[in-house]
Amino acid sequence: MASIPYIPEYQVRETYLNARYSIASWLLTKDHKRIAVLYILSITLFFIIGGSAAVIMRLQLLTPHSSLVEAETYNKLFTLHGIVMVFFFLVPSIPATLGNFLVPLMIGARDLAFPKLNLASWYLFILGGSLALTALILGGVDTGWTFYTPYSSTFSNTNVIFAICGVFIAGFSSIFTGLNFIVTIHKMRCPGMTWFRLPLFIWSMYATSIIFVLATPVLAITLALVALERILGVGIFDPNLGGDPILFQHLFWFYSHPAVYIMILPGMGVISELIPAYSRKRPFGYAFIAMASLAIAILGFLVWAHHMFVAGISIYGGLVFSILSFLVAIPSGVKVFNWTATLYKGSIALDTPMLYALGFIGLFTIGGLTGLFLATLGIDMHVHDTYFVIAHFHYIMVGGAVMAYMGGLHFWWPKITGKLYPERWGRLAAVILFIGFNLTFFPQFILGYLGMPRRYYAYAPEFQVYNVMSTAGATILALGYVLPLIYLLGSLRWGKDAGSNPFKAAGLEWQTTSPPPPDNFDQTPIAGEPYNYHEMDFANV
Amino acid sequence: MDSPFKLFPPQAAEQSAQVDHLTLFLIAVSVSFMLVIFAAIIYFAVKYRRRSDNERPPQISGSIALEITWTIIPLLLTMVMFAWGAKVFVAAHHPPDDAMEIFVIGKQWMWKVQHLEGRREINMLHVPLGRPVKVILTSQDVIHDFAIPAFRIKQDVLPGMYTTEWFVPSQLGEFHLFCDQYCGAKHAEMIGTVVVCTPAEYERWLAGDLSAVPPAIAGKKVFTLYGCNTCHGQYAPTLAGLYGRPVDLIDEHGNHRTVIADESYLRESILYPNLKLVTGYPNRMPSYKSTLSEEQLLDVIEYIKSLSGAAQTAPYLGPPLGPATQPSNAEPKIENPPFANYRTNQ
Repeated sequence: MASIPYIPEYQVRETYLNARYSIASWLLTKDHKRIAVLYILSITLFFIIGGSAAVIMRLQLLTPHSSLVEAETYNKLFTLHGIVMVFFFLVPSIPATLGNFLVPLMIGARDLAFPKLNLASWYLFILGGSLALTALILGGVDTGWTFYTPYSSTFSNTNVIFAICGVFIAGFSSIFTGLNFIVTIHKMRCPGMTWFRLPLFIWSMYATSIIFVLATPVLAITLALVALERILGVGIFDPNLGGDPILFQHLFWFYSHPAVYIMILPGMGVISELIPAYSRKRPFGYAFIAMASLAIAILGFLVWAHHMFVAGISIYGGLVFSILSFLVAIPSGVKVFNWTATLYKGSIALDTPMLYALGFIGLFTIGGLTGLFLATLGIDMHVHDTYFVIAHFHYIMVGGAVMAYMGGLHFWWPKITGKLYPERWGRLAAVILFIGFNLTFFPQFILGYLGMPRRYYAYAPEFQVYNVMSTAGATILALGYVLPLIYLLGSLRWGKDAGSNPFKAAGLEWQTTSPPPPDNFDQTPIAGEPYNYHEMDFANV
Repeated sequence: MDSPFKLFPPQAAEQSAQVDHLTLFLIAVSVSFMLVIFAAIIYFAVKYRRRSDNERPPQISGSIALEITWTIIPLLLTMVMFAWGAKVFVAAHHPPDDAMEIFVIGKQWMWKVQHLEGRREINMLHVPLGRPVKVILTSQDVIHDFAIPAFRIKQDVLPGMYTTEWFVPSQLGEFHLFCDQYCGAKHAEMIGTVVVCTPAEYERWLAGDLSAVPPAIAGKKVFTLYGCNTCHGQYAPTLAGLYGRPVDLIDEHGNHRTVIADESYLRESILYPNLKLVTGYPNRMPSYKSTLSEEQLLDVIEYIKSLSGAAQTAPYLGPPLGPATQPSNAEPKIENPPFANYRTNQ
């Protein structure tokens, strides 16, 4: 008779990570936290691909007439970089990862309103991404991410249709996410969570979702029209077929300008969480920051033609869109001033997320102020389509959105993984990123004012010195991105256990355990005032 | 020139300095804001650094007065930027009447330049110092952009449409000409040189090519070749004195409206004759869309422009059917000899 040995039961707290282990439990999950992790992994992959294209381009531009890549290859590289970074990294970056993870946690809900739709949106994203990536890598696409007609619809001989299909499909993923967030924020707030107790991150997610739902369909329609013209020769944009090439630009920017706010509003939301947490203060002017998000979302729909001042629109059109573009700068400025004022008399700790947050304010301020140059008609007619524009939007997209994503990823890393990231490495990487970023992109403002056009694989020798600086900066920047990839992965194995609230921050997401249980909260939480740092007993958090 | 660290391109047109002054104003405002914000952040980060892990700072929730201040001040400053920028932009879109005209056709991947006196050039643009120059742009294929950084001006060049830009060259020398709108594989090679020369040199240069035919003369040949003169002036409206005058149009519902016969109208009427019908004339004209090249179109338009009419001020209504008002072999009359109203350079 064999006896069954007694195995003592080893009690492990159930979290969303250890509840199940099979691959299927990940691929068929309806848990918003697991879907967020799926998104983090996918967009990291896209970021690496898009970033590699940028590295090759910067190497090509080290000398005026480099023979590293051919003209056609260079054109395909910047198209790949643009499409991947815009549609498959920046647009989903914060909403689909941190947003997916945090929206239910911050409002005290068990999940998003439509968990299956959430999973579907990830599958659409992967389907669209795979299609676009296949087109971009096998054979390539050479239209630029803007798909300007009639080049894209009639002249280009590359895989335009496949790339368009990929972006088209991924667009539905955005729409689903936006819809899910809007319904969740309206209907699933826990007791006590009134609208003006919502964390500012939630306000920014709400504003972003409105843009997702309203603007993305226009992109889908526009791309479908390009496909119609390209496949069937229906004359819509090509004047040889009776079409109007500027119509495409109106339709495209009607989506793509609000899309800029899709990328930056979530970043602003992250910063609005980080600064209070590391100053231990309620955000200065909470209601103004929240309403500024909505104002940006609404005004953002009315400024699209500032991409077209020299495109052949009427002078009066230029005047109207110029003044509206200045107006949208005001709420962005209000945010910057309020964040700065939040620091006043705070208790400021310069930990990694805070370094990213302060870096964000600096870089976003430069990006925003240079946006004023482009909104000024008399300057835009000189610097439009030059490196000035490249520098400006990288200050917003990378200096703003990516810095915020990095800051947010570090801040909530303990909540997502249950492990602490190494603080010294984190600070070092943040400083390296800040220096590398400025060295890469600041010289491009000067290059642009000197007249260097964008999308040139070769350039006049007089532009070289600033291009060398830019390439040197890109090298440092690349190092700044590789470091977190290594130490964050390492922290999964060697990191210290985080505990529920390692940074002593306010907010419902810090009241549950790290990583949270599958249903987020053991008991339904009751929300009080947000950012109640004045009531917190920091000695016993 | 000597230092590789230039910050501004050469100021080679009259408006270059205006754009640069505007830019310097924006730089001054931006730097002031940056200094205030960055100084505040650094000062606060040092002064209010966390001294103990458990400290709890006083809470300040906001200030309406501050919110209003930092809404109103930026708003006023941006409105100054808007107004100043608009002023420069509007001026850059209103060429003086005496501006000399040069036609430019963009195609993948070259710039074809046609001077009205006949000389053609590729990827080069000769212009005389001190004289307003209006460039009329069109594209044969995709969208291009005609950018001259030293003149602080650019304009997209569209297929199927004319756009213009103008400038007064103010510095002798050679300057970059770039295509600024991505147009395909060799976009980066669609570049050229703008040569600003003295009026005397420009005149010599214009006369340098003996075989050069002015577009108005070439246009007359095209006009006759395709038999335009068999109808226009007989069954179709006369073209003499048409350019620059209002035309009375009628649509299928009998509604009248008036357009000015500019280059774009002439172009459209040659390519799509049935779109805008002159009152009193049925639609008889075939489309010349697939017949004429962009160069021939420009030549014909130049020829039509050269046919000066008798009464320039009266609105052009199209004469009733009757005796020809346009001689079938009218000679182009080049109204302004190239150097008639030159601004002499002191």
